[in-house]
Amino acid sequence: MIPKKIHTPLADDVIRSLRAGDEILLSGVILTARDAAHRRLFDMLKRGGRIPLDLRETAIYYAGPTPARPGRPIGACGPTTSSRMDAFTPALLESGLAVMIGKGDRSPEVRRAIKKHAVVYFVATGGLGALLSTKVKSSKVILFKELGPEAVHRLEVKDFPLTVAIDSKGNDIYDKAGWKKQ
Amino acid sequence: MRTVDTAKVRKAVEELCLKANFELRKDVLRALRTALGREKSARAKGILRSLIENARLAKAKRIAICQDTGMAVVWMEIGQGVRFTGGSLRRAINDGVKAAYKKGYLRKSVVGDCIIRRNTRTNTPAIIMTEIVDGDRVKIEVSPKGFGSENKSRIKMFKPTASLREIKDFIRDVVMQAGPDACPPLVLGIGVGGTFETAAVLAKKALLRPVGKHNLNKSLAALEKELFDEINALGIGPMALGGRTTVLGVNILDYPTHIAGFPVAVNVSCHATRSASRTI
Repeated sequence: MIPKKIHTPLADDVIRSLRAGDEILLSGVILTARDAAHRRLFDMLKRGGRIPLDLRETAIYYAGPTPARPGRPIGACGPTTSSRMDAFTPALLESGLAVMIGKGDRSPEVRRAIKKHAVVYFVATGGLGALLSTKVKSSKVILFKELGPEAVHRLEVKDFPLTVAIDSKGNDIYDKAGWKKQ
Repeated sequence: MRTVDTAKVRKAVEELCLKANFELRKDVLRALRTALGREKSARAKGILRSLIENARLAKAKRIAICQDTGMAVVWMEIGQGVRFTGGSLRRAINDGVKAAYKKGYLRKSVVGDCIIRRNTRTNTPAIIMTEIVDGDRVKIEVSPKGFGSENKSRIKMFKPTASLREIKDFIRDVVMQAGPDACPPLVLGIGVGGTFETAAVLAKKALLRPVGKHNLNKSLAALEKELFDEINALGIGPMALGGRTTVLGVNILDYPTHIAGFPVAVNVSCHATRSASRTI
């Protein structure tokens, strides 16, 4: 399969054209956020506040990179386990988030919310930290600096290799993988 | 008595942390290559190829194999004829970890406690496992452990009359429940016997044994091979997207146990199962 090249922010019709199993090369801006950042964003929303990110314009990547060596934009930067963000995800989708990137399957609630909002969830290959770092052109911490590796990093990526795991219709790649969780 | 300066230990721990995080173990790399030859699906092959390329890049460019550079587990086999000089051994080990994670640009993934969760910013304290052995040498082995797979590990206290089938079903279930989250193809460390915590420690220690080497006890070696075949027949595959390679290796360690018990611990480890060792 020849991977399809797409660019953030993803327009609705691009999102709707993606199918579970499609291989993608993503370019543009993505923001990292993992456990601690999700907790904070979720709490902000729960208190009725606004969050300091434009969720509609961005893709959230569940990742906590290693620090950059001098002269390099970033260190190893593979995905972390998405299911740990499941409890916070429906609220973020409700607030306009449309693109998520991580590894592994999602809860039934998240799957339903993905279908409801017609958004997309991509997976990157776990443990591909060194290789994925070569696809990142720049990195900057933009929020929650005090969280260290869990801070929100703004990454500019070029041809970042992903697979569509859950598409806007709710189709799930793990349903098609030929094995079932018991 | 042979004296060993703790400064030597500090230096060894530092170098081993770096080596383990940048250079994928030869046995694991070999197992990935073997798996590539066995896979039929394009997706599974593609993933395995990218993992092998990732290992090459990590070593060449000194970038961590995986961004989860782990909690540093430091195994010390200390000969009883050794006397340490030069100050605290515990501090030397932690200083070695701290230096490596700073100089190697490795991720600091340790929080000071489970409730407040403030990052210690040094990746310390390390998990230190000591064992007193005969002789006058010190063997140091560092195994950085990522938590995507650690979170999927389990322990169960079986009845002493449990059948081998029940044990195998439990281990298979751990792998199924881990699914994609633990980054298959996995290496399974299995600890059998002892007490509750012994089984867990053995499970982690089993991960240090090269993949492809079997337990010297014939019945345990047979169990390792059966589990390897049965789990790979599940079809979970690389990244749980289907394929013939769900585990790269199954390593069992055992210890005598009580008449009333049969503890079984499974320490799940990802395709980036890392460790490095040195004897002083």
